[in-house]
Amino acid sequence: MSPEELLAWARGPGLQITVVIFLLGITVRLTEMWLLGRATDFAAARKGGAAAGWRTVFHRSLPTPGVMKQAPLVFIGGYIFHLGFLITLVFFVPHIELFHGLWGMRWPGLPGSLVDLTAVVTIAAMIALLVHRLVDPVRRFLSNSGDYIAWTVSFLPLITGYLAVHRLALPYTQMLAIHILSVELLLVVLPFTKLIHTFSFIFSRWYNGAMAGRKGVAS
Amino acid sequence: MNKPITLGDQLKQQGISRRSFLKLCAVTTSMMALPPAMIPRVAAALEKALRPSVIWLSFQECTGCTESLTRSHAPTLESLIFNAISLDYHHTLQAASGTAAEAAREKAMEKFYGKYLLIVDGSIPTRDNGIYSTIAGRTNLDMLQEAAAGAAAIVAVGTCAAFGGIPYARPNPTGAVPVSELVKDKPIINVSGCPPIPVVITGVLAHYLTFGEIPPLDSLGRPSAFFGESIHDRCYRRPFYDQGKFAKSFDDEGARNGWCLYELGCKGPTTHNACATTKWNGGASFPIESGHPCLGCSEPNFWDAGGFYEALSTATRPLSSWAGAAVAAGAVAGAAIGASSLRKRATAKRAHHRVTAEELQQKEDV
Repeated sequence: MSPEELLAWARGPGLQITVVIFLLGITVRLTEMWLLGRATDFAAARKGGAAAGWRTVFHRSLPTPGVMKQAPLVFIGGYIFHLGFLITLVFFVPHIELFHGLWGMRWPGLPGSLVDLTAVVTIAAMIALLVHRLVDPVRRFLSNSGDYIAWTVSFLPLITGYLAVHRLALPYTQMLAIHILSVELLLVVLPFTKLIHTFSFIFSRWYNGAMAGRKGVAS
Repeated sequence: MNKPITLGDQLKQQGISRRSFLKLCAVTTSMMALPPAMIPRVAAALEKALRPSVIWLSFQECTGCTESLTRSHAPTLESLIFNAISLDYHHTLQAASGTAAEAAREKAMEKFYGKYLLIVDGSIPTRDNGIYSTIAGRTNLDMLQEAAAGAAAIVAVGTCAAFGGIPYARPNPTGAVPVSELVKDKPIINVSGCPPIPVVITGVLAHYLTFGEIPPLDSLGRPSAFFGESIHDRCYRRPFYDQGKFAKSFDDEGARNGWCLYELGCKGPTTHNACATTKWNGGASFPIESGHPCLGCSEPNFWDAGGFYEALSTATRPLSSWAGAAVAAGAVAGAAIGASSLRKRATAKRAHHRVTAEELQQKEDV
């Protein structure tokens, strides 16, 4: 298959297959979670459970007290990765064009140099997090294949995108095709790995917060 | 037979000065990405080159490639080079027609068997034994196979001959294929483009005349000297891409300021051609300079590679109906799995047996 054919496949049939697996997987997982059932209230519930749930969704995105002392690398690296990934995904003009094609919505993008810088910092943060995971005996013990798969499929779109933009390693067409395929790989495995937290975090946090709220305790 | 006429003789006869000739050699040498030290060698080789017999076969095409070459910017040294080859058959350009034309082709093929250069423009229909395009009652398929057998090399001029082009686009009713799918035993140079840049066609011919061999080719069989870099990488609007300045429509401020045309569907990043450097119409401009995004015409399947006015990063096939079906199917499957879990839980609850203190006591006694 030539690079041109690979790119055409990635942008056409490949994307269709990806969207189907991704949405099917996400819907199955979320529906399944929703149908798990709720614990029975044995006492009259307090008011404001739902609001407590939303508070928790927001709250748990903020650093917990003492985390900077306990695990500075995970704290800083984690924030950089999540924000950097989001910025490169949402504010790089070619990506905005993809979303515009899908939803008809467009927003202002960032200059290429800024997205570039974000990508480099994000890639560096991811490498640091991986090294930390491998070097630290406790983290290494706690890690399983799921963690490494999640890291790999999140890392590939960033590194291939960077290489494509800078015409490194391979000709642009080939690298662009590989970049799109790496994103498709990420989307395909996302619902079935720990990466489902991209969507489930809202539900799990809200549920925890709401349950605590119903009991009248802080979550 | 007369003494064979060299290219040098031919140019002299036409009143081309030595200075103009050397200028051509310098341009050709630099176009072929050769070092300047090669100019005298190119000049010497071109002067001595015998007029090679060229047979030009036009198949399923629009004559745009011939138009590009002959009407580029008249009269040019390129077109003189073109005159300097012995074009023994070209059914648009030759004076002869009908059986006389076919006879000329057959005669040239016989006389220069194994030595002539075969230029093909247009794709070749293969469905139903190739009956969708015939010349003098013969199918293109048949004519190509016969002409290719005696050719020294084949130049597939234009995207149709190189990669199938428009006739090859879905649904390809005639079963059109590029030359490379039919001829496997001859060197093929793909000079793609819809149409190709005139100087690229003449540059390839000049290289062949100079060195007697085909130029270095890329993975798609195109001369690397002309197709080595992408339009995007050589585009004068590239800084605007890097700065994030894009034209959003053809008449907005961005368009008037000459900003990047990526969002209007420019295929420059994935298109390899010399448009941004050699330009068109005697170096006047090229499509992006005129405010139009690159269509990617020198790449395979450019006609099916998404809309011309859709950005390169967009999906090329509709996704919404697939997405809707996937969500619906996911909801049903999720509900089924959820219901099964709930059933399991209910069964487990039913089967649950409350242990009494007496029972425990009994167990302890045993």
